[in-house]
Amino acid sequence: MNLATTLAAEPNEDLAHISNVLIYSAMAVYLLAFFAHMAEWLFGSRSKVARTAAALTAGTAEAAAPAVTARAKGGTATLERPKVVTRSVTGARDVPDGPGAAAGDEKGDLYGRIAVSLTVLAFLLEFGGVLTRALSVRRAPWGNMYEFSITFSTVAVGVYLVLLALKKNIAWLGLPLVTTILLDLGLAVTVLYTSSDQLVPALHSYWLWIHVSTAIFCGAVFYVGFVATMLYLFRDSYETKLQNGGQPGRFATSVMERLPAAASLDKFSYRLNAAIFPLWTFTIIAGAIWAGDAWGRYWGWDPKEVWSFITWVAYAGYLHARATAGWKGRKAAYLALIAFGCWLFNYYGVNIFVTGKHSYAGV
Amino acid sequence: MSKTEAPEQRDDLGAAGEQLSTAPQEDAPNLPSLGVIGWLRWFWRQLTSMRVALILLLLLSLGAIPGSLIPQSNVDELKVQDFMDRHTTLGPLYDKLQLFDVYSSVWFSAIYILLFVSLIGCIVPRTWQFVGQLRGRPPGAPRKLTRLPAYTTWRTTAEPEQVHEAALALLKRRRFRAHTAAGSVAAEKGYLREAGNLIFHIALIVMLIAFAAGQLLKSEGGKLVMEGDGFSNTLSQYDDFKSGSLFDTDDLAPFHFTLDDFKGTYEKSGPNRGTPRTYRADVTYTEGADGPAKKKSIEVNKPLEVDGSKVYLIGHGYAPKVTVRDPKGKVAYEAAVPLLPIDQNGTATGAIKVLDGYKNKSGVKEQLGFNAFFVPTFAGEGKGQMFSQFPAPDFPVLALSAYHGSLGVDSGVPQNVYQLDTRKMKKFKDSQGELFKKRLLPGETMKLPNGAGSITFEKDLKEWATFQISQEPGSVWALAGAIAAIAGLAGSLFIQRRRVWVRAVRGADGVTVVEMAGLGRSESAKLPEELSDLAAHLHEKAPSAPDPDPDAHAVSASASDSEPDAVPAEGAEK
Repeated sequence: MNLATTLAAEPNEDLAHISNVLIYSAMAVYLLAFFAHMAEWLFGSRSKVARTAAALTAGTAEAAAPAVTARAKGGTATLERPKVVTRSVTGARDVPDGPGAAAGDEKGDLYGRIAVSLTVLAFLLEFGGVLTRALSVRRAPWGNMYEFSITFSTVAVGVYLVLLALKKNIAWLGLPLVTTILLDLGLAVTVLYTSSDQLVPALHSYWLWIHVSTAIFCGAVFYVGFVATMLYLFRDSYETKLQNGGQPGRFATSVMERLPAAASLDKFSYRLNAAIFPLWTFTIIAGAIWAGDAWGRYWGWDPKEVWSFITWVAYAGYLHARATAGWKGRKAAYLALIAFGCWLFNYYGVNIFVTGKHSYAGV
Repeated sequence: MSKTEAPEQRDDLGAAGEQLSTAPQEDAPNLPSLGVIGWLRWFWRQLTSMRVALILLLLLSLGAIPGSLIPQSNVDELKVQDFMDRHTTLGPLYDKLQLFDVYSSVWFSAIYILLFVSLIGCIVPRTWQFVGQLRGRPPGAPRKLTRLPAYTTWRTTAEPEQVHEAALALLKRRRFRAHTAAGSVAAEKGYLREAGNLIFHIALIVMLIAFAAGQLLKSEGGKLVMEGDGFSNTLSQYDDFKSGSLFDTDDLAPFHFTLDDFKGTYEKSGPNRGTPRTYRADVTYTEGADGPAKKKSIEVNKPLEVDGSKVYLIGHGYAPKVTVRDPKGKVAYEAAVPLLPIDQNGTATGAIKVLDGYKNKSGVKEQLGFNAFFVPTFAGEGKGQMFSQFPAPDFPVLALSAYHGSLGVDSGVPQNVYQLDTRKMKKFKDSQGELFKKRLLPGETMKLPNGAGSITFEKDLKEWATFQISQEPGSVWALAGAIAAIAGLAGSLFIQRRRVWVRAVRGADGVTVVEMAGLGRSESAKLPEELSDLAAHLHEKAPSAPDPDPDAHAVSASASDSEPDAVPAEGAEK
């Protein structure tokens, strides 16, 4: 090894320090965003919309409305596009989505916007933190659990912001996401912190870029899907209760009726999980190829491999369950929760409690 | 093996709604009253049903869990032994349940074999069905198009035939499979979804077979090679070797390599001081019996590939070179002795065995043995410990203790080369009568008591590296299967299969009424959007007729038989 490469291998302490400062700043801003979201929900609770209840209990009130079909403007044959009407699937509840956290309340809406702006700011800070960390060691910033955690939360927030920018109905995700991002970062800077350093020889491979980056991205998307599934389960029991003539508590009503309909949440989480499943498959296969180069076998039932496989099978089970009579709906949703639980255990549990070939420096 | 449409929807739509996928229909579990054949049929139907496949999938993931928590004998035999020793009741129980070999156990194999049988039983009929669908044509329009998930209609001045012609051309241009049947145009698109689905499941079977074949045909062996030494790929040269049950030793690829140099670099400072940063083994290798010599560096992630075999760098250590002289000063032994590392910093132990060539002061042949303890970086005199401080040889020290007598190698019992069997040996004693031992720096010599000779720790410190040489024939197939699986999966999850019907009929007042409807899966939000887009294009060819009735709802009133749950599609009107 010549002198030049020896120098390059030394981690740049200044950049590492800047990275830490940025991560702490991002945490502070996420905390502000968390408070802004709380304010949004609080102010939103003042508005008394109660749409869900109306839709579920009124039942036939809307039935009289004619099914709107196509029409052209009378007289002239203008090239107006014919209207398409849709019928919802047989058996599904026809409930409109909730109005969102602010529920039309002006102040709540203002705080919601503030929260999103703060989240964007925190995201930029955190992204800067990850980037400077990478620059300080001149490698992909995924060499240990600390680096994995900060990248993971950056990507999860990134996914959320991209979906927001695409005008998807996803603002309801703000509060739970920011809360758990704070938890993740808190764990990262306290328990998992490892000072920036070079990699052990086993990690010197371009597969690090491919395998670990896709693993992080899959985790972030699975996580967003997981939150949607949780909310689906809550919202679904709320709707069921209303449908059966029950009256959920005031707090539950206030929160639940502002969420999207159970069917929308279910569909949303399915789409995320289904869309990311092929990438998760790829992650495992990329890992196997790397293992073939690094350890002399592409599959050897190392604990990390076992749990990626379990996670894969659990998500495959979820995708199948969603299409199987008798498993649709809540049962499938429980499978999705279990699947994400497997992913989580694969990350924290296997790294901390089980020794295997994926145990690297600094946890 | 994906979605099954709700049965109500099928009934509602007749043939039009059928076979939008080839997913099997779920039937209620009703017990057969037939004989053996009936039972077998029932069993087969259950096994190939989605419900059972789902349960098997869940069992498979559950079954994989213990293997990650209980030590596995194919991964670490020592840990299994240790577990058995510590848990005297649980150990044998686990052993009976094959929990130390989960992934080759009877019950785990049973789960995945059943799963794959179920899979094959599912995809074979589905493949035939799909081939049938590809050879057939999209089913004709259902009687009531209004019942479909996406629907649109308008009145046009164009003739019904013109509308059909335009619709057929439009749909074909959009790469639908379309044809005119029974007074309407029927079209279908997205066959790649089903194709992808089938490819994915077939690819899984290919991967399983490739993995199984690889396990049966593979070979894997380890070899410790010292700098300057070589290795030829024949069975006798291996330190340890294991292979699959169908492996033939003649399959070993004939190649040879020499380890020219091993180089390790380590973190010099900071909290991770001593953590390895790079390992590199420079080798010269020849392919075949007498191929040209080539040079290559083997690193941890960069194995050497020769003739279907891969050579991996697995471990490394030090081999201090020593010279033993007899009382007359004649060289009795001269070799670099590999020592086994016992910690992360390269502290190593081993034995130096002088089997023959040594004669003691009385001229009698005798064997010498030395227990060796080596540290690449010594803590320093009086620092209280002998363990190495750093893995690189910055301050190498070799500590030796000396024995003479019989090494016991002729007893026929295989001996560990890294351990000294001192049962038939006598200690060399120092002036206090204790075991004679000394710490040596490179170049230093330890003189044995009473002029019994000497041993020199030469300055030329050598390193050794261990290599794993593996052959795994099925891996190309496994990789091909994996790539096909991802492609198929992407196709089956991202492509929508959908049908579109266009029907134009002359109404009672002589004006043509166009109806368009689309049918897809429930998840699809794109379907109404696409239908709307198609309708807009068709509308250009068949523009709206002037409405005779000022009430715009005239058409809809007649067309819709009061659908209560009709709502405008999200994004359908822009």
